[in-house]
This record gives sequence, C-alpha cells and structure tokens, in this order.
Amino acid sequence: MTRARLAGAVAAAAILLAWPLVVPGYFVFLATLVLVNGIVALGLNLLSGYTNQLSFGHAGFFAIGGYATALLTIHAGALPVPVTLLGAGLATALVGLALGIPCLRLEGLYLAMATLAFGFVVVEAILHLDWLTRGNDGLRVPVARLGPLAFSTEASRYYLVVVVTVLMVAGAVNLVRTRTGRAFLAIRESEVAAQTSGVNVAAFKTAAFVVSAFYTGVAGGLFAFVVGYLSPDAFDVFLSVDFLVMIIVGGLGSVGGSLIGAAIVTVLHDSLAAFQNYRPLIFGGIMVAAMLFMPGGVASTARAWRRR
Amino acid sequence: MPLLAVQDLSISFGGLAALAGVSFDVEAGEVAALIGPNGAGKTTVFNLLTGLYRPTRGRAMLDGEDLLGLVPHEIARRGVARTFQNTEVFRRLSVLDNVLVGQHTRLSGGLLGGLLGSPRVRREEAEARRRAETLLARVGLGDVADVDAASLPLGRQKRLEIARALALGPRLLLLDEPAGGLNPTETRELMRLIRGLRDEDGLAILVVEHNMELVMGISERVVVLHYGKRLAEGKPHEVARNPAVIEAYLGSGSGDADA
Repeated sequence: MTRARLAGAVAAAAILLAWPLVVPGYFVFLATLVLVNGIVALGLNLLSGYTNQLSFGHAGFFAIGGYATALLTIHAGALPVPVTLLGAGLATALVGLALGIPCLRLEGLYLAMATLAFGFVVVEAILHLDWLTRGNDGLRVPVARLGPLAFSTEASRYYLVVVVTVLMVAGAVNLVRTRTGRAFLAIRESEVAAQTSGVNVAAFKTAAFVVSAFYTGVAGGLFAFVVGYLSPDAFDVFLSVDFLVMIIVGGLGSVGGSLIGAAIVTVLHDSLAAFQNYRPLIFGGIMVAAMLFMPGGVASTARAWRRR
Repeated sequence: MPLLAVQDLSISFGGLAALAGVSFDVEAGEVAALIGPNGAGKTTVFNLLTGLYRPTRGRAMLDGEDLLGLVPHEIARRGVARTFQNTEVFRRLSVLDNVLVGQHTRLSGGLLGGLLGSPRVRREEAEARRRAETLLARVGLGDVADVDAASLPLGRQKRLEIARALALGPRLLLLDEPAGGLNPTETRELMRLIRGLRDEDGLAILVVEHNMELVMGISERVVVLHYGKRLAEGKPHEVARNPAVIEAYLGSGSGDADA
C-alpha cells in the first residue's frame, strides 16, 4: 500500500468512526442506509458487473434477507445478531441458487425478464404468506441484540452496519483478486475463452448468483434492523432499478464504484424526497446520462483522471 | 500410441458436411500442421477438439481417452489448450490476469477461501503470480503485465494467448493461425518460441497456419484438409510435392484469412 493510499484509508476510517459524534441523528441514519445499499450494490456488481448477468430482481433478495432477519429475531430473539444476519444471508443465498440454476440458460434481455419476474413473485409471496409475514400490515422488527448489547440507538445501529460493511467489502476485495473473481471476469469478457481455459462457466455463473444473493440478503437483514418495520411495498421493482443505477453510475466491475454509486443514489433519493412522483423519471435520466457520458461509471472516470 | 488420435471426425451444419471422415495423429513432442484452403474445416477441427462443437461422428483419443463426449472445461482439465484465430483475450483484464485465468485448473482456491482471503489461497495466488510472470517473460510480454489486454497490438495479443494457453500446463497445444497478421520478424520469433515449446517442454503442438514458411520450417507432420476431407498427410516436403495438394492450392485462392 502506498503512503497516499494508507493516508486515505486512515482518513476514511476516522470519518466512518467519528460520523455519529459530529452530525445530527438524521445524517447518521442516512449514512447507515448508504452502507446498507453499498452492500447490495457490491453483491449486484459481483453478478452483473463482474459476471455480466443483469438482474432486475435484487429487491426480491433484499426483501428475503429482511423478512428472514425479522422472523428470526421475532421467533428466536436469543440469537446473537451476527448469527441472525448470517442465517438470513444463507437463506437468501439458497434462493439465489434456486434462481441461478434455471437462469443459466438465459442471457441479456431474457435474464433481465426472469429476474424481474422473480422480484414480483417475492412481493406476491410476502403478501400471500400473511400468517407469517402479516402481509400488507407489515412486520415490526425487534431490536437487534448481541448478548447484553441492544442496538436501540441510531448510532449503535450505524456501528453495527459499519462493521458488517467492512467485512463484506474485505470479502469482495479478496474474492475479485483470486481464482473465483477472475473466473467471473473471464466469463464476462469471453465465455468461449473462459471455457477453453478450464473455467466451468455454468458453475461459476451459479456461484455468482449465490454470492450476490448472500450479500443482498445480509444487507436486507441490516435494513430490517435499521428501519425497524418491513412491508412488501418497500421492495417494488423501482428498488431493483435503483440498485442497478447504483452500480451503473458507480462503475460496473468495481468494488469502490459500488460504494460510491450507493452513496450517490441514496443521498439523491433523500434530497429528492419532495419529488417522489418523478423518481423513475429522474433516475432514468441519471442512468441514461451516466451511460452516455461516463460509460465506466464514476470509478473508471476517476481512474482516467488520475492517469492524466 | 500417438498422443492424439483423431479418427473419422465428421460434423455437418444444417445438412452441409463441414468435415467428413477426417483422421490423423499427433505424436507426443511433435509439431503437426493442419493446412488447407479457406473453408477446408481447419478451425472446425479445433472447435471439435476443444468441445465447442459436437461431432456427428468420430473420435479424438487423447492418450486413449475420447475427448469428444466432454464439455470444454473438462477437455481443458485434461491438458488441451488453444489459441483463437481472431484473438479471444480477456480484453478488460490486465495481461497478468489473463495468464492467471489460464492457470484456473491448476489452482484450487474456492469461493469461501477467496472471500476470507485464507493463508492457503494467498500462498497459492502468490505462486500463480510468479508463474504468470515467468510465462510472460518467456513470450516477451514481461514489460506490459499491468496493462489491459485490449491495449496490446495484435501481434502481442497473439503471444498473450499463447502464454494463457501455456498457463494451463497443457500436453497438447492447439494454435489457430498464430502467424496471422505478424510481420516477418515476429513470425521468426514465433517459430523460435514454438520450437522451444516442443524441444524444451516436450509439448505436442497442432498448428493451423497459412504461412508456408512457418509450416515447412517447424512441423514434422503436415495434414492437408480440402472441403472437409483429408487430402494428404505426411512430412512437409512430401506434402509440398503432392500433386493433389498443389492442385487444391492452385485451383482455389489461398493465403487469406480463413472464414
């Protein structure tokens, strides 16, 4: 690590840790949401940016992670929060496996349609399993606990999310630099060359679905704790599109870009709250502009600037 | 027993026979060339040998095991590596990463080890990196390890593909028009590289090539395909004197890129 990078990392860590001490509570909540969305964007990027499998259904994985966490906390409140989140992530990963295998036969537009349908199915399932999920009435999520610790304040939940985010980012950074991550990228670049280099394309495409779902499920679990209330209408198709906007604006195939994209979209959402009805229009516009003027997202534009 | 024994290889596309009953051998430690006019079916042979196409008939025995029922990554795992006529480098990956992907079958790091960055995976990655650097130096790309593969000129992309194929640790190397688009100096370097792979590494190499200087200069055996059939097989000078071969080459234009 160069000195400049080290200094950057220390500064980022200091800001992350000091944030709740220096800003009002609402911005703590907003920063928490940025990180939660950042984990989703990471997961989605591993699938779409790294492995070139476009998903319009990640709100579905996010919902599954959220509801699994809520139900685990309600019915097994004694579980420490890391176990709950891991359980929710693994449950979502299983669904990712179940969706990934049939999706192997699909590409491009057809894969987008299948994942889009998956998102709708999840919302419908939540509505119909009302004995479990309380349907449209929504589900109140109890406070997360870890032994004697209760994450009942905005700041405590923020720190919980920071810790999980750091772990997830470290995992993604490791993964993309090793054999599995390279296999994902090889599939994106040339399936033929990947195959003849010995990459089992079907297995790694499925693995990308599983990892992506795991990330999104854990993020959904954090989301459940952060907002304290889940209802199916929070997980509509527009949320899936938002996740895609995050990685397109931030940078496909970039860990840092995922986080930047999540920050931009989350903050923009917050500042545009008054124009709720124009949300799809504004975000559609941003996505088109990003694709036209920054085809590699913020991450690659920043790289190009640094090289000058 | 030859390392590779191709027997009665046949494939049709939409009722049109692209290959009809082609047979030939490649011995261990030998360079064999597959030549023929455009559309003769040379690349089709490669696509069959690497599992990208399914044959309608025939076998391809590698050390006594038929490759033709296997899917591409299983064939790679058995030590068959290839390059492509119109290069298929991983364009937006670094040159080094391209060669690291080539080592895929030799590494064992899984999903969990990758996520957790386990010490075993780190060690394995460090070794893989060293091997990749050695291979890049060997093909003369040591100075561009960190640049995107797409930014290399064609001649260097072709050498990168050879390095990626070698990274697999192959027994049989299939080179599809490795000299296509190279200038005479680059072609001579390529010939030296191929001879080295045969003499020092003991690799068996099957090369599809239009450049007759290269074919005659490095191969022990030449197989001539014409309209999907084997027209001739033998030592380079025998094949060059074969009237049927001369007729096939003079009768139809050759020397351009294959279709």
